[in-house]
Amino acid sequence: MRRSHFIIAFLATLNGFVAGVFARDIDTVRVHEIQEVTVTADRIRREIIPVQRLEGKLLERLSSHSVADALRYFSGVQLKDYGGIGGLKTVNIRSMGSQHAGVFYDGVEIGNAQNGVVDLGRYSLDNMEAVSLYNGQKSSIFQPAKDFASASSIYLTTRVPRFAEGKNDHIKITFKTGSFDLIDPSLLWEHRISPNIQSSLNAVYTNSSGKYKFRYKVNNPRDARGGYDTTAVRKNGDIEIFRIEYALFGKISGGEWKTRLYYYDSERGYPGAVVKEEPGRMKHEDRQKDRNFFSQSSLKKRISENCFTQLTGKYAYDYIYYESDTLIQKLRNKYTIHDVYLSSANMFGILPFWSVNVSADYRWNGMDSNIPMFNYPQRHTGWVVAATSFHWPRLNVQASLLGTFVHESAKEEIGVRRDWKRYTPTILASWQPWPEQRFFLRAFYKDIFRMPTFSEIYLAYMGSLSSYLKPEYARQFNMGVVYSGNIGKNFDIDGQVDVYYNRVRDKILARPGGVNFRWTMKNVGLVKIRGVDVALGASSRIWKDLKLSGKVNYSYQKAQDYTPVEVLSDTISYKGQISYIPRHSGSALFGAGYKTWDLSYSFIYTGKRYTESSNIPENKVLEWYTHDLAISKSFRWDKLQFKATVEVNNLLNQAYDVVKNYPMPGTNFKFIFHLIF
Amino acid sequence: MIQRIFYFGSILFLVSVSLFTSCRGDEEEIIPPGVTPVAPGESGPVKGFFLLNEANMGSNKASIDYFDSESGKYYKNIYPTINPNVVHELGDVGNDIKIYGGKLYAVINVSGYIEVMDVHTAKHTHSITVPNCRYIIFDRGYAYVSSYNGPVSIDPDIPLGCVVKIDTVTMEEVGRVAVGYQPEEMVIRGNKLYVANSGGYRVPDYDHTVSVIALNDFTGEQKRITVGINLHRMKLDNDSNIYVGSRGDYRNSPSNTYIIDRNDMVRRKLDLPCSSMALGGDSMYVCSVEWSNITLKNTVTYAIVNTKTQAVVSRRFITDDTDQQIVVPYGIAIHPETRDIYVTDAKDYMNPGVLYCFDRYGKRKWAQVTGDAPAHIVFTRRSLQNPEILESN
Repeated sequence: MRRSHFIIAFLATLNGFVAGVFARDIDTVRVHEIQEVTVTADRIRREIIPVQRLEGKLLERLSSHSVADALRYFSGVQLKDYGGIGGLKTVNIRSMGSQHAGVFYDGVEIGNAQNGVVDLGRYSLDNMEAVSLYNGQKSSIFQPAKDFASASSIYLTTRVPRFAEGKNDHIKITFKTGSFDLIDPSLLWEHRISPNIQSSLNAVYTNSSGKYKFRYKVNNPRDARGGYDTTAVRKNGDIEIFRIEYALFGKISGGEWKTRLYYYDSERGYPGAVVKEEPGRMKHEDRQKDRNFFSQSSLKKRISENCFTQLTGKYAYDYIYYESDTLIQKLRNKYTIHDVYLSSANMFGILPFWSVNVSADYRWNGMDSNIPMFNYPQRHTGWVVAATSFHWPRLNVQASLLGTFVHESAKEEIGVRRDWKRYTPTILASWQPWPEQRFFLRAFYKDIFRMPTFSEIYLAYMGSLSSYLKPEYARQFNMGVVYSGNIGKNFDIDGQVDVYYNRVRDKILARPGGVNFRWTMKNVGLVKIRGVDVALGASSRIWKDLKLSGKVNYSYQKAQDYTPVEVLSDTISYKGQISYIPRHSGSALFGAGYKTWDLSYSFIYTGKRYTESSNIPENKVLEWYTHDLAISKSFRWDKLQFKATVEVNNLLNQAYDVVKNYPMPGTNFKFIFHLIF
Repeated sequence: MIQRIFYFGSILFLVSVSLFTSCRGDEEEIIPPGVTPVAPGESGPVKGFFLLNEANMGSNKASIDYFDSESGKYYKNIYPTINPNVVHELGDVGNDIKIYGGKLYAVINVSGYIEVMDVHTAKHTHSITVPNCRYIIFDRGYAYVSSYNGPVSIDPDIPLGCVVKIDTVTMEEVGRVAVGYQPEEMVIRGNKLYVANSGGYRVPDYDHTVSVIALNDFTGEQKRITVGINLHRMKLDNDSNIYVGSRGDYRNSPSNTYIIDRNDMVRRKLDLPCSSMALGGDSMYVCSVEWSNITLKNTVTYAIVNTKTQAVVSRRFITDDTDQQIVVPYGIAIHPETRDIYVTDAKDYMNPGVLYCFDRYGKRKWAQVTGDAPAHIVFTRRSLQNPEILESN
């Protein structure tokens, strides 16, 4: 733990310095706030791009451990979950592949140059104010160029300090415990340093054995010989996490700034696939240690009446240590990844209804490892975007053109293309046909691509040379309607329905490149996705103190594999539904509040899926549905406020796999105690 | 009114959802065997063959297919139906299949065991634990299994490989001998066992040797023959020459084929890439799949080596252009009586492959979709007599 002490001291010093620099700029004249988060239903209605958001009470009530759990309630999202608290959790939005989803933490993208996938299990909901998902990009043009550069984006908005009348501190202490031997204390301390500067400190420690029972039952419908039914305990799923964050929020004349320091340290076991094994054969003793540090700052300011600017900077350092003891080989792999990011966004209002934005971003990634024959890849990426928006009372149009410029270098030059330059456009529009009705029609078209990740280029199986990869392209078309209204005084409803068509070409897939053992990544895939997303919500105050709210989501996805095949007649994967995408999926969330009581019930359904594009019985994964229930009660004792919550997850104890051979836990419990003062 | 409908609707929804989910109609079920008539029936001493599909690590999808010559029917994935009570079926990465003394043996690499079945029924009889087992061969009542998991020697992190000796009556291990790194295929010539050492997990320090073990005492390696880099395949011809396939290092040294003569000397280097081999009479059928960084494509080669002259006599044994359709020729087998040629196409290894049957002149007779990564074929002279399978249609 000595290292942690050092880190805390370092964070405090650095932030003191940052605060000092900005404090000089304090101006108590009228502050023009350019609010990042205006969390109202009205805001969602104005979005041109389909957005789904969980925030406030609904997010708080949600019995979920991490951001990944919250995202399951969005339509069009498939979560890949390898089980348990420590298991890897990634999302696939509208079937385009996990690497196409950008994840933004407080406005700055979380990069993963190594594999392009962000493990959402690592981000806790404790200090989260809102989780939003945008298909395409956020429909605000005043943002960094990187925000234009993903096929879909998840925004994790952390809590901005808020204080009770006349108070300068807000402290929340939380303790969670429950199944899997979970111990999870956390502290949130918000402090007003001066009228214009506020700080937030959040520290979390998590420890869990990750042990749970699972069951595989296979029936024999043919005859009386029966099938098999086996129960075992999931082991090596233990996890220990320490995370600390310190953020400062400040206001200056005509703007605001914020800065954040983040440190994450974890050690976890990786339980392997549950497959046939002889006793003691595969003990699944793979382990991983992660250390992640980042510091990010941004400043927004109104320069003149019609001109705004935003500066953003980030440095991130990742250390990964992977240990695997198979019977023939002991792996001790270390990776370090550096990430430097700078951005400048500038918006000009030209006419009252017309504004223009120009943003330029730069990112540098470098990776190092102790594995033999490592290539030490480095990547410089520049993004420049020109965006414009026209805003009339009933019609909104936005258009942007993003230029991406990539330069790579690696130790071993093997005649590989190192420079890439691409221009990708986006256009979005929203129209309100009747001024008196809050009913909108919207549509967007977006072209985007992703660069192959370092893993895909340099760490493919068994050190093969697979650096001939091109970027992977995604093209998206979307049309939809949004409605919000109210029936009577106390009853609000809203809903959105979108239909879309996505096409992913040059999809990067692992393919055999030679004799066995040797695999290569190739740009061979072609996937066409047709889908429908439906999201409906309602909230009401039935009488006096009883409040009800509900959300229902449904997704239909037909995601077909059009990867060219040599022999059509013999190939059953062609036009098959791609791996792990259900045709039908949905969720429902109900919340009820009565005085100091809160109740939340959630239901998730995922239809049958296939592990591969060959939709055959061998590859089928059964559908699953879970019911989760949470009940909480608040108390007051003098100036202290308590809240106790009991969660029961997977009420019906359904045995299910999200990823085949990675069993999920049955019924499990969690107890949460909050102390606020 | 609308509000009431909403509340009522919500309650109805909750109740129906609860009822609907209390019993999931669709339970996990034994995967049925697929039956396809692929060929007209043929009679002869060879009654059919078993095909072992490797499947990927962690997939638990290794499977056995059976072809019945007399009816011409192809039975896909027969094991779960015949053995519904075996937990987690066959496991994964099937690596070898052989028949000896009324038993069918399937070597399952990552699951680390040898599945022993009755050859007449394919019913499970034994399973023998051999961690990281690769190939199996038989001699005078004993099975010999190559395994990556031997004793620790120089580098404590990388153990040597070994050959495990198993009594086929008791199905118990009776001894083991350490060999080189990551041993692969074996042949038995006279009283000696030869095993090809790959060193495949020691990139870039591959092994180059064939280990020789005397079977009469089975106490240790008699000697090592230096052959070539990253050895894998091994076949014995009718004149007791040993053909050894080298995988190469995928970078500078290409795959190659060597011949060890009766005096344990490396007699010839054929300059022929080799990823699989099968003997038919005096012809060694060799195919190879190699990735080329120049053409950015797999280079697939087929060849026939005349074992009398030890020269490549043909660069083509599929003569009707079906080879244009084969992405990855992964396994090859020659029918011992008819000399029909069987080639499996592993395609992308993730999805089902295809088995092609050609006549001795290389003309396509039939093709059939298999399990994932079809690779190993063993011909049987006793037809499968299992009612669960034969009656399924």
